[in-house]
Amino acid sequence: VTAAALPPFADRARTALADTNLHVALGRATGQLGSRRALAFSSLEDSERIRDQVRRTKMELLRDLASHLEQFEERLVAGGVRVHWADDAAAANRTVLDIARASGVRRIVKSKSMATEETHLNETLEGAGLHVVETDLGEYVVQIGRDRPSHIILPIIHMTREDVGRRMNETIGVPYSDDPATLARYAREKLRDEFLAADMGITGANFGVAETGTICLVTNEGNGRMVTTLPRVHVVMMGIERLVPTMADLDLALKLLARSATGQKITAYTSLLRGPRRTGDECGAQEMHVVLLDNGRAEILAGEDAEILGCIRCGACLNVCPIYKSIGGHAYGDTYPGPVGAVVTPGLKGLRRWSPLPEASTLCGACRDVCPLRLDIPRMLLGLRGRATREGGAPAALRTGMKAFAWAAARPTAYRALTAVGRWVMRAKAHDGWIRRAPGLAGGWTRFRDLRAPAARTFQDLWRERSPGTRR
Amino acid sequence: VLVSGTVQLFHTCLVNEIAPEVGMAAARLLERRGFDVAVPLDQTCCGQPAYNAGFHDEARAVARHTLAVLEATEGPIVVPSGSCADMIVHQYEVLFHGQPDWRQRAHAVSLRTRELSQLLFESRPAAPAAPPPGAPRVAYHPSCHLLRGLRVRDQPLALLADTGAELVAFDDQEECCGFGGVFSIKSPEISASIMDRKLQALETAAPERLVSCDLGCLMHLGGGLRRRGSAIQVQHLAEALDEAGS
Repeated sequence: VTAAALPPFADRARTALADTNLHVALGRATGQLGSRRALAFSSLEDSERIRDQVRRTKMELLRDLASHLEQFEERLVAGGVRVHWADDAAAANRTVLDIARASGVRRIVKSKSMATEETHLNETLEGAGLHVVETDLGEYVVQIGRDRPSHIILPIIHMTREDVGRRMNETIGVPYSDDPATLARYAREKLRDEFLAADMGITGANFGVAETGTICLVTNEGNGRMVTTLPRVHVVMMGIERLVPTMADLDLALKLLARSATGQKITAYTSLLRGPRRTGDECGAQEMHVVLLDNGRAEILAGEDAEILGCIRCGACLNVCPIYKSIGGHAYGDTYPGPVGAVVTPGLKGLRRWSPLPEASTLCGACRDVCPLRLDIPRMLLGLRGRATREGGAPAALRTGMKAFAWAAARPTAYRALTAVGRWVMRAKAHDGWIRRAPGLAGGWTRFRDLRAPAARTFQDLWRERSPGTRR
Repeated sequence: VLVSGTVQLFHTCLVNEIAPEVGMAAARLLERRGFDVAVPLDQTCCGQPAYNAGFHDEARAVARHTLAVLEATEGPIVVPSGSCADMIVHQYEVLFHGQPDWRQRAHAVSLRTRELSQLLFESRPAAPAAPPPGAPRVAYHPSCHLLRGLRVRDQPLALLADTGAELVAFDDQEECCGFGGVFSIKSPEISASIMDRKLQALETAAPERLVSCDLGCLMHLGGGLRRRGSAIQVQHLAEALDEAGS
């Protein structure tokens, strides 16, 4: 979907709410994830202290990101890696395309990467006539259906296994099955040839270690290892915020990532890469590049929501979010869905156009509680709402109403008079103490629920009657 | 542990306008625990509706009024709402982040402020009266700002258990009900979808009553239950406890 064609958030949400299949798929997955996460954390001694420590490390790193990036670049270069800086998505994609052209690349395999999803790298590469294949099973299913991922770590959480079976049957011609193992085998057979024929492998990075210039990549399918070792060129695209200072910090962060993301103690494959193949190495890329992507991150870092750059992309906040459970990931309209996306997307792409995302929250705090780094997403959502309102983003009726409310609420006599009128108006619409259809803004309420009518006499009325001496 | 003296009842705007009986029940409960209850009559609203809708200048104006009213009183301030209590205890200081003098005043008031179940739990008699027979099957909805804002999880349940009520658990009990204040009218479809999951879980557990410490959630869930024609009644914790003679 191109940006211009994207319908408004309310419409996207409505479409998602009407999709019963989506709710079956989301219900199956999010419930399971929650209990697995809890179990995985119960096996981690000192988990609360580790969370605090990783949070502190990451926040300190962000306060001095420039010097950590400098160190990271220096170590990468020393290890034989070519480092590229990209201010925005277009520059990042151009860089990768230039690398591909300079090395005579025709076939590319990718492992899962949110950064390249963010820059729409595949479209650029395919537009230039290159053959690109996603090798993470979920991303592969996304790609063959010309779909978009709807979750940070579970790209096809919006699909049931029956959906996946149908899609694979229709697009790549394998027999229909709804057995996950069979579907994985089909994909593996298709992908094996791709791995062997590819000239270039593209990955993201779960973490970059500044002190050592290490790229850390975790996968459960082993495809990351294939993508980084079989093709002769390996390109990493990563956001500039994805660093940790030291290997010891990486160790702690990985403990949290696997548990929070998939409820595992450790992912099946953890790759640590420190440059291209050296003399005597039996495998590995001959050429390795790291593209460091800004694309709005420096601006977030300079603003009130720098904290969100501590996100380690585990997706736990999505799984516990009541809004995400209702509308899924696609309705958020961009790369990063859920609570984290509601902060990141306006930060990367501008609040004016994306202000409905911070509004799409009950501020219930489940995201903050589950976040391994305790990122205070509700606080950031409130801040974004404040900025959106200051910049004129609120509907006129709400603005007028809020101004009147605030004016009166600071003046008790006026407040009592105005609320008395309000009670009278509402009570006139009530039957047996309930309103079935309310006018104006309250109409949204009564579309789905009855509205309890105000009381004939306020608490203060009753209280003064009970304690006649009470002075107002 | 506080067991006597004067407490200030910040009754909240919703209790005042919609459910005055909740305030009366709260006052009776506190008096039975030995407190003298005072009601600062110039109170209006904590300002949370404006704050959550992004109208922060407006929220600050209301917060300044509320702080001035509460500062003029002494003793603990008790609030029969998790979200209003959280507003005063946590959010005022965020709101006045750039204004050190007001932030300091907000901090002083926050230290005096307790949500109702916190104070009732702290002043719980050592040996609660034997519960009357035939107590109802009750499901408790932990409201989000009470649970995850003020970290009050067990106190309301303990107080309900003292009444002899049979506590009924239900699926995803600690998940938000979808109310969210202004969210419930600005995004009514999403709000209702979250509510539907909650009501479905409740109907499966089939309690006679649903009790919570926040009137907002109760209006939302109660309105939804009524629209569905459900027999489950909603009740504020204060009323449930008062009725049982706690």
